[in-house]
Amino acid sequence: MAENIIELQDVTKYFGENLVIDHMSFDIKKGEFITFLGPSGCGKTTTLRMIAGFDLPTSGKILLNGEDISSLPPNKRPVNTVFQRYALFPHFNVFENIAFGLRCKRVINTYKNGNGEEYTKKEKLSKQEIAAKVKKALALVDLEGFEKRSISTLSGGQQQRVAIARAVVNEPEILLLDEPLGALDLKMRKEMQIELKKIHDRLGITFIYVTHDQEEALTMSDTIVVMADGVVQQIGTPTDIYNEPANTFVADFIGESNIFTGTVVGKNKVKFCGKTFECVDNFGEGEQVDVVVRPEDILMCAAEDGILKGEVISVVFKGIHYEITVQVGKYELVVQSTESRKVGETIGLKVAPDGIHLMKPRYTTNVFDGVINKANNVEFAGGEFECDVTQLYPGSHLDEDGYLITAAGEKLDLTDTEVKVEVGLHDIEISDDEDAGGTTGHIISIIYKGDHYRLIVRTGDSDEDEDFVFATEDLWNENDYVSVIIPKEKIKLTLKHKEKEDEA
Amino acid sequence: MKLPRFSRKTLCIPYAVFLIFFVIVPMCVILFYAFTDKNMHISGTNFVRFFSDPTKLSTIVYSLVIALITTVICLVIAYPVALILAHSKIKKKFVILMLFVLPMWINFVLRVNAIRELFNLLSQINGLEGLESANIFKTIFGMVYDFLPFMILPLYTTMMKIDTSLYEASADLGAGSVTTFFRITVPLSMPGVMSGVTMVFLPSMTNYVVSDMLGNAKVTIIGKFIYEYFGSDWHMGSMVAFVLLLVVFASTLFSGGFKSEENVRGTNL
Repeated sequence: MAENIIELQDVTKYFGENLVIDHMSFDIKKGEFITFLGPSGCGKTTTLRMIAGFDLPTSGKILLNGEDISSLPPNKRPVNTVFQRYALFPHFNVFENIAFGLRCKRVINTYKNGNGEEYTKKEKLSKQEIAAKVKKALALVDLEGFEKRSISTLSGGQQQRVAIARAVVNEPEILLLDEPLGALDLKMRKEMQIELKKIHDRLGITFIYVTHDQEEALTMSDTIVVMADGVVQQIGTPTDIYNEPANTFVADFIGESNIFTGTVVGKNKVKFCGKTFECVDNFGEGEQVDVVVRPEDILMCAAEDGILKGEVISVVFKGIHYEITVQVGKYELVVQSTESRKVGETIGLKVAPDGIHLMKPRYTTNVFDGVINKANNVEFAGGEFECDVTQLYPGSHLDEDGYLITAAGEKLDLTDTEVKVEVGLHDIEISDDEDAGGTTGHIISIIYKGDHYRLIVRTGDSDEDEDFVFATEDLWNENDYVSVIIPKEKIKLTLKHKEKEDEA
Repeated sequence: MKLPRFSRKTLCIPYAVFLIFFVIVPMCVILFYAFTDKNMHISGTNFVRFFSDPTKLSTIVYSLVIALITTVICLVIAYPVALILAHSKIKKKFVILMLFVLPMWINFVLRVNAIRELFNLLSQINGLEGLESANIFKTIFGMVYDFLPFMILPLYTTMMKIDTSLYEASADLGAGSVTTFFRITVPLSMPGVMSGVTMVFLPSMTNYVVSDMLGNAKVTIIGKFIYEYFGSDWHMGSMVAFVLLLVVFASTLFSGGFKSEENVRGTNL
């Protein structure tokens, strides 16, 4: 087992009030090609920048070879970065760009004086040494003879190579790459992926690569760290991440997925889409789970042989396979197969037990902190909702003036009472009429779950936002501005101070 | 009905007229006067007279020196300010920037007058009587005060345009802040320095209002010279103006003002 070169220990990072990295801990092994993968805003670049030293963690530690480097400036760290837009120095030619790091470097040389005593001197690298190293670095990226070229005359791909050469010429222990291929066209990107992998093999140093492109991550990495909302979702090899996603986020983000809500009905048996399937994952009986089935794991067969029976509603040719959408009752399934089917045809579908992945649902209920206001409504997530306050005290009722009379006859004014608000996943509706609901927000995520969509609506401004997670059958668009409607009887309230008393 | 053809070029006509009547024609007139004598005969006597007169030559050198000192002081004051402002993350940057530019919104003559009164007041304090006759100091002070915004603005805009990832790249490659400053910040802010220098150096050679009002009319710069000659001898005045034109041309050439469009960029705030 290789030793750890980088260790993140409980690292948290705030930008102002914004939580970007939330108590993140993981290790990176020496010599590996590790990729931080996630949607934009998931904290992957921030994590990389903290390793490079451009951003400092708000709390927590970053260890390099076991030593705390959390507060070391970037120029004192043995890491080098390939920047997203290369950040080549426009006033230098290719040679000077690559030589920049070498010219900053001081090496300790040992000499002998007249008496044979050894002494050391901190010295700059000689001209010949620098020239030789630059030449070698240029050869590594296939740009021999480009020394005198000015940066502005280079193509995007060539600039990319210069940026890599400029970083690796310093012989860093870790090379950090911040979406380095983002600005290249598809073909160029594919070439550079292979090229980078080769460079990694040749140098044998640790590569930390940041991308939002799942295909790129799967192609190049030894290990992938999937991040979302500043939290690590899963760490594993590309095969692990693809075949055994830890949750629906990972399943949805990496590759295509059919995601359903299912119930475990027995040992290695799960029910979804109205049928019971054999599976390999084990969960407690009766437990609600998310079921993920990869499109290529669904097998098409004659209508009478399948567990599910449905009608083909669309067939799209994708080059190496067909993507076939099948309507099974109210569920829609996407199947990938090298065989084609005709639209309108009725076919059977089955899934091998190891093609069914069960995982704990990421969200089971929505919890908010709320306050009861004068009108006996509850305020939370930047809005006000009608609710039934009598549930806070069993057997109580409201009098005409809005005071709460407890079962014991005590009269209470609930104004400003802090409560915990719970709302189930199926108890939320949204509307595009801004005034219809208690609060408003933007749809930030949509995941299709076979027969319904799971939406996340984020309310409020960035530093005080709350998320509503719920299921709906209607199709919405990401970023739609909607109002959130919760029926009065579906809002479950519990007293906060009561909880504290219980703890005490 | 067909509208008359109206191309984009048509829009240039007003400026072309302006250019011809207020730039090209006057230039020719100056050139004509400079190389003619009182009888309007072509002659080089003015040229010879100018370069054989030590007072005229020394005035040119004197103007150059004053302009140079003014420019250097402006640069020394403006550079760190622009750098700090460009790098700072405060949201209300434009407020601070505005404070620097604000004096430009007040009448120029009024500002210079105010400084003169201030100096008069100060020179009445015991120990500061010397100020009364410190004409060169007061002139340069006034010029720095007046031209400082013209230095800050181009510097600031150029520095704002430097991609911050270049500083990060420099630090990443092992450079400390001093190395980064001299190898990245200074060379990349050069276009701003150049346009700032041009915008301060040239007016401070000719702006005799400042030297007249603050220098007790004891400091004579080339602009004053031209003004005085045009009261009596238009031919000599034109010659001085022509020589100044050459000096300006030479200094612009020297600072690389004609080299490329890149250098002009710093001025467009």
